[in-house]
Amino acid sequence: MMGRKPYIREVSKTTWWLKHPRYMNYMLREVTSLFIGLYTAVAIDGVWRLQQGREAWEHFIAWTFSTEAVFMHIVFLVFAVIHTTTWFNVTPKAMPMHVGDEPLPDAAIIGAHYAGWVVVSVLALLIAGK
Amino acid sequence: MSNDRTITLEVMRYRPETDAAPSFQSYVVPYVEEWVVLDALNYVKDNLDTTVSYRWSCHMAVCGSCGMMIDGEPKLSCKAFLRDYGSKIRVEPLSHFPIERDLVVVIDDFIEKFTRIRPYIIAQSEKPVSEGEYLQTPAQLHKYKQFTLCINCLLCYAACPQYAHNPEFVGPAALSMAHRYNLDSRDSGRDLRQEVSASHEGVWECSFVGACSDVCPKHVDPAAAIQQTKIASTMDYYKALLPGGK
Repeated sequence: MMGRKPYIREVSKTTWWLKHPRYMNYMLREVTSLFIGLYTAVAIDGVWRLQQGREAWEHFIAWTFSTEAVFMHIVFLVFAVIHTTTWFNVTPKAMPMHVGDEPLPDAAIIGAHYAGWVVVSVLALLIAGK
Repeated sequence: MSNDRTITLEVMRYRPETDAAPSFQSYVVPYVEEWVVLDALNYVKDNLDTTVSYRWSCHMAVCGSCGMMIDGEPKLSCKAFLRDYGSKIRVEPLSHFPIERDLVVVIDDFIEKFTRIRPYIIAQSEKPVSEGEYLQTPAQLHKYKQFTLCINCLLCYAACPQYAHNPEFVGPAALSMAHRYNLDSRDSGRDLRQEVSASHEGVWECSFVGACSDVCPKHVDPAAAIQQTKIASTMDYYKALLPGGK
């Protein structure tokens, strides 16, 4: 081992993800979780107001029509769509399926998730429309 | 081949006996349509500078020796055609590994991890040869075949930011090889491998960047192997909570 002196290249703890579009896409996917969390907080706040009574609930609903609330919800929606689609698209990796001995094509697994999303969204809209 | 076109190869050099840090050295080599970066390096070694060090063996994407960073991307240099790059190509040793010399990296860490996951069939009981082969159906083979294609070229480690930040991470190739043997119908060594795979430094260190699968030259998809191991390990955890669970 005479003369060995391996050189270690440092990797930046803060800017590594700027080095490749692949890493930036990953960070974008990860950051969407923050917005999902924020939207969840708004939704829980809504349930909390409902529990407080009619006046608090109506106040909450009125707030959701304000400019800032509409803007916030658009931002939440954009990040929620990125979150959902990026995760749906990697599901075949985590959950490969077989029908009998035959592997199910990736498109079928991803498609089933989108179909489920549509069904749940339509049901939610139907219930909300009543 | 008889044209005068050339390309410039910027090669990272590190000579431990004289250099405090790596630096780049440029070589002008002929441009040949059919050449890969490895051919260009061999041209340098044979004609311009015999001191350049790099690993290679088969020149056909089987041995896994010639992995390096080519224009910042982990690649097998025997599969990276000059025609797919510009007039200047930057060649560096694989990221996230210590540099031994020039383009040669120290891979002891990977070898140790690979050994730790026991990359071989562990049979419940050894049958005598007279009882014949261990039979397997095509469907049983299909389950794990993709994960057998790994050539240990380490491009996945060079792409993985988790490995860059936590060298304790067992990493993509070793974890997907563990998954390969766990899925093999002839094997019963999963419990032993889980001690490594299901540990903090195992699959749980992976945050599913997916870079390993993007760069894999053999389409092994280590990211898939790791996510599947996470799901199986989670099921183990809940099964153990059930009455009669182990």
